[in-house]
Amino acid sequence: MAGIKSYGAYIPYHRLSRSEFAKAWGGIGLPGERAVASADEDSLTMAVEAAFDCTKGMDGAKLDGLFFATTTSPYKEKQCSTIIASVLDMDKEIRTGDFTTSLRSGTTALRAALDAVRAGPAKNIVVTAADCRIGFPYSTQEQSYGDGAASLLVGDSDIIAEVEDCYSVSDELTDVWRRDSDQFVREWEDRWVIMHGYSKNVSQAVSTIMKRNNLSAKDLAKAVIYGPDPRSHGGLMRRLGFDPQTQVQDTFFNAVGNTGSASALMMLVAALEEAKPGDRLIFSSYGDGADAFLLRVTEQIEKVRDRRGAKTHLASKAMLPSYGKYLVARNLVELPPAAGLRGMGSATVMWRTKNWVLSCHASKCRKCGLVTYPPQRVCYGCQSKDEFDEVNLSREQGKLFTYSLDNLAATGINPPVIQSVVEFEGGARFYCMMTDADPQAVEVNMPLEMTFRKIHEFANFHNYFWKCRPPREIPAEGGK
Amino acid sequence: MESIKDKVAIVGMGCRKFGENWEQSSDDMIIEAVYEAYEDAGVGPNDIQAAWVGTIASGAAGVCLAEPLKLPRIPITRVENFCATGHEALRNAAFAVACGMYDVVLACGFEKLKDTGVGGLGVGRGLHPVLEGRRTGPGTFAFIATRYFYTYGLSREEGKRTIAQIAVKNHHNGSLHPKAHFQREVTLEQVMNAPIIAWPLGLFDCCGTTDGAAAAIITRADLAKKFRDDPIYLKGIGLAANQILPHFEPGFDWTGFEMNRSAARQAYEQAGIKDPRKEMSLAIVHDCFTITELIIYEDLGFSPKGRAKEDVDAGTFTLEGELPINTDGGLKSFGHPIGASGIRMTYEVYKQLQGKAGPRQIKDARLGLSHTLGGPPQVACIAVFGNSPG
Repeated sequence: MAGIKSYGAYIPYHRLSRSEFAKAWGGIGLPGERAVASADEDSLTMAVEAAFDCTKGMDGAKLDGLFFATTTSPYKEKQCSTIIASVLDMDKEIRTGDFTTSLRSGTTALRAALDAVRAGPAKNIVVTAADCRIGFPYSTQEQSYGDGAASLLVGDSDIIAEVEDCYSVSDELTDVWRRDSDQFVREWEDRWVIMHGYSKNVSQAVSTIMKRNNLSAKDLAKAVIYGPDPRSHGGLMRRLGFDPQTQVQDTFFNAVGNTGSASALMMLVAALEEAKPGDRLIFSSYGDGADAFLLRVTEQIEKVRDRRGAKTHLASKAMLPSYGKYLVARNLVELPPAAGLRGMGSATVMWRTKNWVLSCHASKCRKCGLVTYPPQRVCYGCQSKDEFDEVNLSREQGKLFTYSLDNLAATGINPPVIQSVVEFEGGARFYCMMTDADPQAVEVNMPLEMTFRKIHEFANFHNYFWKCRPPREIPAEGGK
Repeated sequence: MESIKDKVAIVGMGCRKFGENWEQSSDDMIIEAVYEAYEDAGVGPNDIQAAWVGTIASGAAGVCLAEPLKLPRIPITRVENFCATGHEALRNAAFAVACGMYDVVLACGFEKLKDTGVGGLGVGRGLHPVLEGRRTGPGTFAFIATRYFYTYGLSREEGKRTIAQIAVKNHHNGSLHPKAHFQREVTLEQVMNAPIIAWPLGLFDCCGTTDGAAAAIITRADLAKKFRDDPIYLKGIGLAANQILPHFEPGFDWTGFEMNRSAARQAYEQAGIKDPRKEMSLAIVHDCFTITELIIYEDLGFSPKGRAKEDVDAGTFTLEGELPINTDGGLKSFGHPIGASGIRMTYEVYKQLQGKAGPRQIKDARLGLSHTLGGPPQVACIAVFGNSPG
């Protein structure tokens, strides 16, 4: 029986109150706030975060595949799932795939993963979906969209939620779209989109599954159903007969915003965080049709309670102070040129060094035990040659050994750059930038973890590397 | 292993005024520095038998010296060793003379930093696309300040005030040198309140971005008196290259550099120096940042580890102090055209040991050293000079 084995999510650290849009443009902002990815994040890096959360404690080498879903792929041509799989330290003999361009791509990838596991021999496939769609400046979408990611591990053992039934409907309508040259999302009139796109397709998918499984609304613990906005979502839930107080999973519209292809999956992650063994969930997404799934939660759910999921990421946050900072975070304005910024881009160098650039490997000397990053062929500790094993630092905890708040390094980006030397428990030192931290709160010995980020665009491709950050946690009572 | 002590001597030196030399090319600066050295030694281009030229990025190959000077098809080698580049030219020249191959050689260092359109040395280093993508000089040396303050329990205020005194001292010394880039005194308050470049380092904690050139004529010690009555003898020269980038060095304490200590041990041993604080008359050291000078006091054996602040507060290293350091203003005030710096520092040692340092002249100058610390940092060089053999 194929099903879901684990879940994870990622919501960027920064949020912007929607009242800031009103301050910038006039008028009245939508209620709540939205998540805003940092300038060094994109859908790929957010998908990495969610996948790391989902596969916590697991060996990347035991995963058989990775599917990445997004409408905002950092590449038009070039697979991203291969990069994500390398960051997760997965083997080469795996299946990878990018599912793109549809809001429904997250559940399309999920269904493909379920089918792949059912067909064999793949036993563990990571599905990770992320989006950072951008609405036109001065539009409602600019406020209603949010950035984020969610991930599910699909497999055939240790199932936390059995997938009892799936149903898909494909429907052609040009309701929301971006041409290959468009930066901002375009939409046709919303009354038509909701009536003939969203409500019709989701109703059909949900009703079909419920009918053929002889279920009525009251048989379900939760309805986890994508919603483009609270009004359309609420209306549909009422028509389908779900109790908004007890049965309807929140869309995170007020706390995160619409995260596109990740949205339905993030809702499912949140529902699973609260689910009890035996709960049955109806789960549906929308986009160029609809997908629906009937899930039954098992006893195994208790084994994955340590994921950060939606809950921790929601609570771990800092507010962006202004609309201007949103523009900078989403690279919507050009900052003064990066005067004096030097560097090289090289596909061959990045390829040759991907074991430490992407997979975050250090060398551990077999003779003296010294751990060194990047890997050293001749040991710094004892000079033994080629006597080392590679160890992975990406999920290790570290602390700040020394730092600088560097304004000079921040040329062309948001100052200051928090230059950091991280010391890991095993003794390895890692020099990198700190991200998603308050410069004034930085201090020697503060705990840190690694995060995979976009560094620059030299040679006209995305150069990704590691940064450090304070661990994402639920703040203690009385904290800021 | 033999010592280099008293085998070679410097018989002529030149230094072009350091600064934002907008109107001068590298060639112009080289010509001025070298012709001053020619004149000082009483030689001409046809007396030079071989030459070494140091620049980190302002010229290529030995021809960058041959062309402006029209040196007649003699062996010329370009050397590069981060900020120790100038010293490296001196060092190679000295060893070539010491082995008996040449009698009279030229060492020249230069750098043209002001043609890039930006202040500072830029952002991003290294030979890998992402490993050191936003590394800067101030950012790295600020690591030392942060960790030094933390290790020795200095509050932000105490730490800032300690290193600020070094900037005040070096600006004062630089104001007494007509060839220094900055010839202006600064107050403690100005230094403390200057805009932050890389916390905790402010503007006046950082050396300038400077153009310049300096040169030395080197000969065998036994021939030196034929050129002048007051040659300066090389007593020892040490060089140490660190085998790993400090940023990734396991166990590194970020409060001082073993390569400084290693280069010092080599140079002191050759020169027969047991107690550098007592024996040295002066030192011209690599104050690329004020914090760097602070840890150099300790690395070079002038102050006990962790206690340089006491000597700073006591004025030990001022012109009138027990051991004057950076009497010409240092990198901080004289400027830091990278390839030139090791030779410029030696120029000040040379003038002090000859008693020709004018208003900066210290009493009874007998033994002095020049010191450079280069790269991320990853290399250190120390050269000890004396004004009499033995």
